[in-house]
Formats: sequence, structure tokens, C-alpha cells
Amino acid sequence: MTTHTLSTLPRHLLSAADLNRDNALLVLDTAEELARLADRPIKKLPTLRGRTVVNLFFEDSTRTRTSFEVAAKRLSADVINFSAKGSSVSKGESLKDTALTLEAMGADAVVCRHSASGAPHRLANWIRGSVVNAGDGTHEHPTQALLDAFTMRNRLGRVEGLNVAIVGDVLHSRVARSNVLLLSTLGAEVTVIAPPTLLPVGVEEWPCDVSYDLDAVLPKSDVVMMLRVQRERMYGGYFPTTREYSRRYGLDARRMATLPDDAIVMHPGPMNRGVEIAAEVADSVRSTIVEQVANGVSVRMAVLYLLLGGALLETAEQAA
Amino acid sequence: MKPAHSGPTPSGRPVTGDPSAARPVLDSADLGRALTRIAHEIVERNHGASDVVLLGIPTRGVSLAHRLGERIAGIESATTAAPVGSLDVTMYRDDLRLRGVRPLEATEIPPGGVDGKVVVLVDDVLFSGRTVRAALDALSEFGRPRAVQLAVLVDRGHRELPIRADYVGKNIPTALTETVHVLLAETDGRDGVLLGPADLQRTSSEEAAR
Amino acid sequence: MSNAWVIKGARPMGGKATDLYVDNGELVDSEPSGAQVLDADGLVALPGLVDLHTHLREPGREDAETVDTGSLAAALGGFTAVHAMANTEPVADVAGVVEQVWRLGQESGHCDVRPVGAVTVGLKGEHLAELGAMADSAARVRVFSDDGKCVHDPVLMRRALEYVKAFDGVIAQHAQDPALTDGAQMNEGVQSARLGLAGWPAVAEEAVIARDCLLAGHVGSRVHFCHVSTAGSVEIVRWAKRKGWNVTAEVTPHHLLLTDAVVSTYDPVYKVNPPLRTSEDVHALREALADGTIDAVATDHAPHALEDKETEWSAAAFGMTGLETALSVVAAAMVETGLLDWEGVADRMSVRPARIGRLTGHGQPLVAGAPANVVLVDPAARWVVDPRQSASRSRNTPYAGRELPGRVVATFLRGRPTVLDGKPA
Repeated sequence: MTTHTLSTLPRHLLSAADLNRDNALLVLDTAEELARLADRPIKKLPTLRGRTVVNLFFEDSTRTRTSFEVAAKRLSADVINFSAKGSSVSKGESLKDTALTLEAMGADAVVCRHSASGAPHRLANWIRGSVVNAGDGTHEHPTQALLDAFTMRNRLGRVEGLNVAIVGDVLHSRVARSNVLLLSTLGAEVTVIAPPTLLPVGVEEWPCDVSYDLDAVLPKSDVVMMLRVQRERMYGGYFPTTREYSRRYGLDARRMATLPDDAIVMHPGPMNRGVEIAAEVADSVRSTIVEQVANGVSVRMAVLYLLLGGALLETAEQAA
Repeated sequence: MKPAHSGPTPSGRPVTGDPSAARPVLDSADLGRALTRIAHEIVERNHGASDVVLLGIPTRGVSLAHRLGERIAGIESATTAAPVGSLDVTMYRDDLRLRGVRPLEATEIPPGGVDGKVVVLVDDVLFSGRTVRAALDALSEFGRPRAVQLAVLVDRGHRELPIRADYVGKNIPTALTETVHVLLAETDGRDGVLLGPADLQRTSSEEAAR
Repeated sequence: MSNAWVIKGARPMGGKATDLYVDNGELVDSEPSGAQVLDADGLVALPGLVDLHTHLREPGREDAETVDTGSLAAALGGFTAVHAMANTEPVADVAGVVEQVWRLGQESGHCDVRPVGAVTVGLKGEHLAELGAMADSAARVRVFSDDGKCVHDPVLMRRALEYVKAFDGVIAQHAQDPALTDGAQMNEGVQSARLGLAGWPAVAEEAVIARDCLLAGHVGSRVHFCHVSTAGSVEIVRWAKRKGWNVTAEVTPHHLLLTDAVVSTYDPVYKVNPPLRTSEDVHALREALADGTIDAVATDHAPHALEDKETEWSAAAFGMTGLETALSVVAAAMVETGLLDWEGVADRMSVRPARIGRLTGHGQPLVAGAPANVVLVDPAARWVVDPRQSASRSRNTPYAGRELPGRVVATFLRGRPTVLDGKPA
């Protein structure tokens, strides 16, 4: 167990770039310890008792919302779920008014998922609590990157020096952006692979390599992360057909066989079986897709603990 | 809620001092003798070591627990050695909001568990008693010991809760303006206990409230 | 209040200090009797500024701005004439609406409001609006624009360019290929890739400008380009002018000062169309304004109600206010950097805009016989922008809290002060 010296933790987690190497490792090490909670009869810690965590989900996502809910409840926090459907949010209440309501409720942390890039940044201006970005538009999804790094470390023993291939619709992927940032902070070598239409102008400035050729990169990859490709992108003319996309960029059994022996296959979910990933690959022993879900709870517990643990410290210092 | 260190630290920040300004109160040999005596006392009070589980409170409590385990194994025959583990109390502390977040340490409960056992909590310094209270809370999540006892290397007084140690290496009365440094070979390169002046300085979590 | 003024010790165009005499709406060459005295020691005198591009929002969005509040903001910014864009509700595509806006401007009296007529009915880009009727109306429209939208159909643009020759009109094109910018939020580049916001590529502006320069050259028309924002656009305009085609262009103050790096906070106060670009673009625009490739500074003053800006980025409206800060921003970007002197500022912010808009009473030299449209500027003043102090009804300025150089002290509209001592007269 490494001993950590605590560098200042940010107040919010809006981008994977908010974490320097020390803080990122702190999150992973804390998550590792918290993961053992799942083996205990009483899966609860009293640490965030009396704190209120609000799940503010403007986009539907049962999987991520539940993950944060379980994480908060295991730390004994009170959880309030605001979801887009059937609330004032769906009736067109503005982001600002929603923020003011949360302030009035005394939310200590707001976990925010929104279809607009930058929505959590605006929210952070209007509330006193901590904001955790659970996915904003096509910008970032930092806890996803953290649980992905955690999974890599679990399976392969380290993140530093790993060759990680991220494959798919990088242009529209918040998972890709957060992963590229976090993995490079942790010392991995990242390559993004996509058809040219699905790579953003400006990707040359990212801390990663770029390739259009999946077959060339796979034999050198310790980790292959497949991103979900939406069929709607076909209608935007990003690729001619899903068949052609699959043929050129899909991970099928043949391609999986070209991977090094210990290489793992990851996917943030939900999957398009048969498009970016073949069923037999998703179900293979190399696949970490199921454990990524479990790891999500541990990582989110670590994030909530580290962000909320010190919150009152600021107020105490101000009062002193 | 008062922080563990009151008096000259109104803001509640942890108090420590520079070890090089401190004077020794126990040297390496004294420390070893104290541990040997405690090991004998544990065996004597519990009529053997067959049901005893030693759980060290990280960080230095763990090293001390291991040393006690070795000594106990030396007293009794090898078949009744006491299992040794660790119990991290960070998530159960009552002062997180005032002291801030600290990194977690390892919790390892030995394979036999704690149900029906005599758990001896082991820590280096007993001060306000809040760490031990947190340890009792943490322990209750793992099972139901028959009894819980407390072994500490140093008791420096100034209890804030009704908690007392069953086994004490040395009683060292201290002022609140002083601080106790326990050094162990496993973590600090040498053994010893020092007493020195306290500084109103921020420090790593290891030196925080006991 | 008398009609006669002595403006003592002003520096016309930043030159030597002298006295200016105003009588009966004109500049005269000797001190008129009964004149009030304005001490202009140290102040630069320029012809009243002319804005080719402003949104006054009335009719339709009076919650954001009215002709009265907007024209007052203009006067405080040193403007004696503004062109009010046609994307109101209803759209200014018939004589009735442009006359209404013109009349409102007259009644307020803060500055001359010259309505811009829409090129196409309802700004839909399908049929030409009654451009002739608007030209003949009391509003005497000469500038036509679908601003907000691009006249995208090349045939329609050609017809419009040809048609307005009959009454010496000009089409002011908002150059933005709609297909290439569908859903666009900010400049396409390194920043947009990082921030996950859909990009607005420079080529979507440059391709339209290139096409319309060629069209104007082919049919022998004038064409004017609104809010040019990229280095590539500058090169194309420069090329077209060298060919001898009658092409003019304007740039906004914010495109001379701000880059897309500021978007990283996701604060929609920086959301504007065309978007803030890179520092290379800013440098190219400054140089182009300095050498005259870009003819004019036009504010594209775009007031928005709070609820249209206090949202997540993608839901926010595009646009920044600019009338009250324009001269100061130009001072910061061009004068303080030595790229343009005050005479140059007068040319780009008064003389050429007046010429492009065919405004005869404005943009004239400060000599006897000219209408007394004058602005007095303190070049040494510095002030901190406070949105709550603005005369505009809206608060969406990107300069809040920023210190800017230069301050408008007084504005005269045909000899009558609209602004004195930096406040409404």
C-alpha cells in the first residue's frame, strides 16, 4: 500500500484533467480498499452519514445513476434522485432554477449527467456543494475513465506503460476524451483508432497517437477499449453503412485472436453487439465488461469520499 | 464537537512537532521489554492465546501487533499462535469533517474472523480515545467478538471518552503542548519513543489525532 | 438650451488641439454668439461613429432591447448613426416595418436609426423581399441583409446583387454555409475538440465569401460582408479587392480582441455567431483593419434576455452586446498596439461605414459646413466594464470586470448633444 501525501483535491470533478497523477492514484488506491466492502456482510460505512448526494440526471441512464446511488448509500449518505422524466426538469425548468432548488435543499454533492457539454461547469457556479460530472454531452465522463483505469490495474497489475487502444466514434465520445486524459496522466501509451470522419479536428494536439488501421495496432495492444457507435451516425454520413464500419473497425473473433495473450477487451456499455463488438468477444474471458460495472461502484465511492470528506474543512478554516 | 486536540489549536488542525527537537523517553531496548511484558500479560489474562486475535490500528499499530504476535508464539507452543491482522478506522472517524480527507489504509481480518474471539486492538499511542472508539465501530461491522481488549505502547493521558487500555507499555503524562513520537524500525528505521514540543503545523495524516 | 457650442481644445482625429464651433446643426468656422462652452482639453474629436450592424430587437423582443434603449446605448458609445438589422419579429421585409423602426428612432432622438431591410421574405432564403419598396420608403433603406441567416442559394444571391443596383443598395451577406454548420456551437479547432462542442469550421464562412466575391465581380455589383472572422476570409477579400471588385467587409470589436480559448469555462457570454476564433485569426483581422482590407468596425450588438444566456452552452442564444464598449475595444486592440491611429479609427468607424451605408450626413470631415455629428473621446481614460451600468437593456457583455482604455465623453447629433460628461444629455 503506497503512502499518500495529500495534494489539494479539487472541489469538483468535472474533467479527468482535474486530477494530477497523485490524486488519480489516490482515487484508485482508495477504490481498491473500498472494493473489499463488497465481501463483507454489512456493506456499509458511516462516513458520509448526514450528507446529501443528489443524482441530477437530465439524460436517462439507469446504469450510471444506480452506480452512484449504491456508492452514496454504501457510505451512508442520503440520496435524492432528480431524473429528467416526470419532474420540473422535463417541464423546461432551467438549469439555473434547478441549481437554486438544490442549493435550498442543501445538497453536499450533485452528480450531474446532461446532454449539453459544459452543463456541470455552469452548475458548479451556482451551488456550494461539489459537482461530479457523470457525463456531459460529448465532453467528458471522468468516473468512467477512473473505473476503466481501475479495471486495467486489477487485471494487468498496472496502468503505467500499458499500450491502450481506444476504438470507435472518438469525435462524439466523452468516454474517449476522459480516458485519453487520465491514461496519459497515469503514464499509459494511448492510440485512438477510428475512420477519419469520427476523429475531431484538433486530435493531433491530444496526448495520444492516432491511427486509421485497427489491424496494425491490435497486436501491440495490452488493452482494447471499444466505444459504442450509434447507428444514427450513419445518417450523418460519417460512414456509409454499419456493415462497412463493422468490417473495418469492429472487434470480431478473428481480430481478437491477433491480440497478445494477456490483452483485455473493455467497453463502457451499452454495447451494439455485432456492430463494434462481436458477441463472442463480449462474452470471452478477455472481456472486462461485467467487472467494469462492479468497479464503478468502488470508484464512485472513492470519489464521493474524497470530494466530500474535506468539504467542511474549508468552512471550518474560514470560520477560524 | 471539539477536535481531539484543544487548547492552543483552536482551528482544529492536527498538532505535531519536529522529532529532532524531542527527547527520548523509551529507547529501543525499553521498547522491546515493554512489548515482551505486554505479550505475557495478554497470555496470562486470557488463560492462553487460543482465542486471541490481534488487530493493529494502522500504521504503527500494525507493526506492533505483528511483534506481539511473534512474542506470543514464542511463549506458547506454535499450535496456539494468535492470528494478526489490521483494522483501518479512517471511515469511522468522528472528525473527518474537521480534519479532512485522508487516504485509506488496509483492513485485513485474519481468516478465522472475530466472532466469539478475544480481539486485542493494538495501537502505538492512546490519547483522546477517539481512534479506539472508531475502531470499536469498525470492528462491529466484522462480527461479534466475545471480548475486546486494548494494548497500547504509550498512554499519554487527556482522555475525552471513557476508554482505558488493558495493556500499557508506558504511561507518559504529557502536556497538550507536547507531542509523543513513536518510531519503529518497520516504518521509521529505528525503535524509540520521543517526547517533544508541539507545532501548530499541518502534517500528513499519520501524525494526526490519536 | 442653445444651439451653439464651443468645443474648446479638442484634438480632431487625434491631431493638434483646436477649437470646434457648432451652430444650428453644423460645424462653423467662427465662434457663434451665445455659445455654451465644453472644455475638451485632452479629448480627441472624431466624426460621430456609424455602426453598420446592430440588433435593436424591436419589434418583437423588447424584453432584450428597444429602439430607444439601443439607440441610447449607441449614443453613449459615440455613435450618431446605427443600422438596425432586419431579424426582428415580424421581420423587416416590408416598407411598413422598416418605417416603424425608423420612426421609433426619430422619436427617441439619441442617434439616427437606419433600418436594414431583409433580402428574402421572412429571412427564409426563398423569395426576394420588396427591396425597392423598402428603398423608397421613408426609411430610405440602402443596406439589405438576412443577417442571422446566410443567403445560401447562389441564384437568389445573384438576383439580389443585381436587383439592388437600381437604387444603389448593397447586400450585406452573413457568410455561413448552413449545412457545414448544422448544430455548430463554437469555432472548430483544438478547443472544440477538447471541450466536446460541435465545431463551426472557418471554411463555412470562407467558401461563401469566395463565391459571393466572384458573383459580385461577375454581375458588377457591390457586396458587403458582415462580421468577417477568419484569416482565410481576409485573404479572399484582399484578393477580390485586387481584382477591382466592389467588395467591402466589416469586423466586430470582439473578433479583434477575444479568442476561442475563453470558451473553456462554458460561459455562454462568449457564445457568438460567427464564433470567436484563434489568435492567428485575431492577428490577421487586426492587420486587415489596419491596412484597409477590412473597411469597417461594426458592433453586431446582440442583446439577449438573461434567461437566454444563463443556461448550458448549447441552449444559449448567440450574441454579445457591443455598442457601449466598441470604441474602447478598438482602442485596446488597434490604437494601443500601434496598428491604427485616431484618424484611422475615424475612417473605419465613421467615414467608411457611412459611405457603405450611403449615409450622407455622417462620416464627414470635421470642417466647417459639415453636419455637427461629433464624438469626443478621452484617450487616456481607463474604465472597468460593469454590465449593471449599461444603458442597453441586456447584460451579455464578454468584458464584464475588464478594464478598457478610452472613454466617450460627449456625442453630438447634428449639433445637439446626446451625451455629455459620459452620461445621457
